[in-house]
Amino acid sequence: MTENATALHMVLTGDPVLFGIVRLSLAVSLSAVLFAALIGVPLGGLIALTRFRGREPVVVVLNALMGLPPVVAGLAVFLMFSRSGPLGSLGLLFTPEAMVIAQTVLVIPIIAALARQTIEDLWIEYRDELAAMDVGPVRRVRTLIWDARFSLVTALLAGFGRAAAEVGAIIIVGGNIEGFTRTMTTAIALETSKGELQLALGLGIVLMFVIVLINALAWGVRRAGEHFIA
Amino acid sequence: MNLPALSPDIPIRFIEVEILAGGVTILNRVSISIGAGAPTVLIGSNGSGKTTFLRAAMGLIPPSRGRITWGGRDAVPPKRRAIVFQRPVMLRRSVAGNIGYALAAASVPRDQRERRTGELLSLVGLQGLQARPARRLSGGEQQRLALARALARNPTVLFLDEPTANLDPAATKAIENIVQEVSASGVKVVMATHDLGEAKRLAGDIVFLHRGSVIERGPADAFFAAAATDDARRFLAGDLLI
Repeated sequence: MTENATALHMVLTGDPVLFGIVRLSLAVSLSAVLFAALIGVPLGGLIALTRFRGREPVVVVLNALMGLPPVVAGLAVFLMFSRSGPLGSLGLLFTPEAMVIAQTVLVIPIIAALARQTIEDLWIEYRDELAAMDVGPVRRVRTLIWDARFSLVTALLAGFGRAAAEVGAIIIVGGNIEGFTRTMTTAIALETSKGELQLALGLGIVLMFVIVLINALAWGVRRAGEHFIA
Repeated sequence: MNLPALSPDIPIRFIEVEILAGGVTILNRVSISIGAGAPTVLIGSNGSGKTTFLRAAMGLIPPSRGRITWGGRDAVPPKRRAIVFQRPVMLRRSVAGNIGYALAAASVPRDQRERRTGELLSLVGLQGLQARPARRLSGGEQQRLALARALARNPTVLFLDEPTANLDPAATKAIENIVQEVSASGVKVVMATHDLGEAKRLAGDIVFLHRGSVIERGPADAFFAAAATDDARRFLAGDLLI
């Protein structure tokens, strides 16, 4: 069998090694996106709706952090959780939890920056009406996040795309341990370097399929929302 | 509908109010008192200060100088006031969701909101459209929904900024009927329009603004029969006032 055919066979027969890696990858990246959304969306909303000294530099830094190199994020988390680091006693290094934290750090700026822009645009549109209704700051933030929810799906997608595709952060903090912290991207990197292309190709096929599927689902949710609500 | 018979927020008094924006004077030492009764209609050409007057009266723009009082109180505008903007923004919700939001913002108890929503939709003639996305409504329907949303606050004073601009005659008539009904129920209506026909149909008294100043103010009948100032006469004759 050629390498391509072997890879396809592994995917179609549900190869346990391959799908164990896929499961861990999805669990890590989706968890990271969830945590990053819980932090990034309110953070973006707060920056969008408040005026404070130094706001513009904060926006510039936040936008710049969208391009944070994964290896730098991984290194920062590694230093935090290494034995001599401030959180070393937690013993999280080389665990899936550390990988979730590293990806969360990587994804927060993406979600926060895109959420800030989305919410700020909607705020400009809603400002007069909400002021006329005497809507207070807390309800204002809730309203804008809720009404922008279908646009914010795009921010979550961008975050997921970043998390699912990155290898630098999780290989540093996860260690690419077989059966424990090995994900699709770290496995592809390792298998390719070993010249074992079947598993690498199989994982590549699944990774592409997952990304397309999640984008299609999000697109469907957004379209349905725009049609029935917006 | 449970609309008020008498407003405690009347009169609205502008005392030497000046509003500046970017160094430009938008309202120029305006002193005026708006009392209860039939609608007060602001007229004047574009840029005369009508919208700024309404926003200031609503409490959305603080005066640069002077002060505004509501029922003799100043500093804090009354809660029971509402405004419909010239281009109202529909929240990204259904028709009923827009009204429900306004009711919630006005602290109407949750168990009363459905009934009130039905009443308001009926008042503005949008019953049957409650599930439709608000942004899918026609321009006239959106104006009526904006009116319903404003009335959800159970206002004692209602400000309307050119509520029929860009609407066809049928939609204009529908809005004017609602305004008359609301006014008859005791709500003080203060509205801006550039449509002199509409001003004649609705106004109890007229405030004529030009370049940020109140040039003339008086009962609508007297104003349209014999305006006292040269600027007002020229405006009524259709001259361009620059």
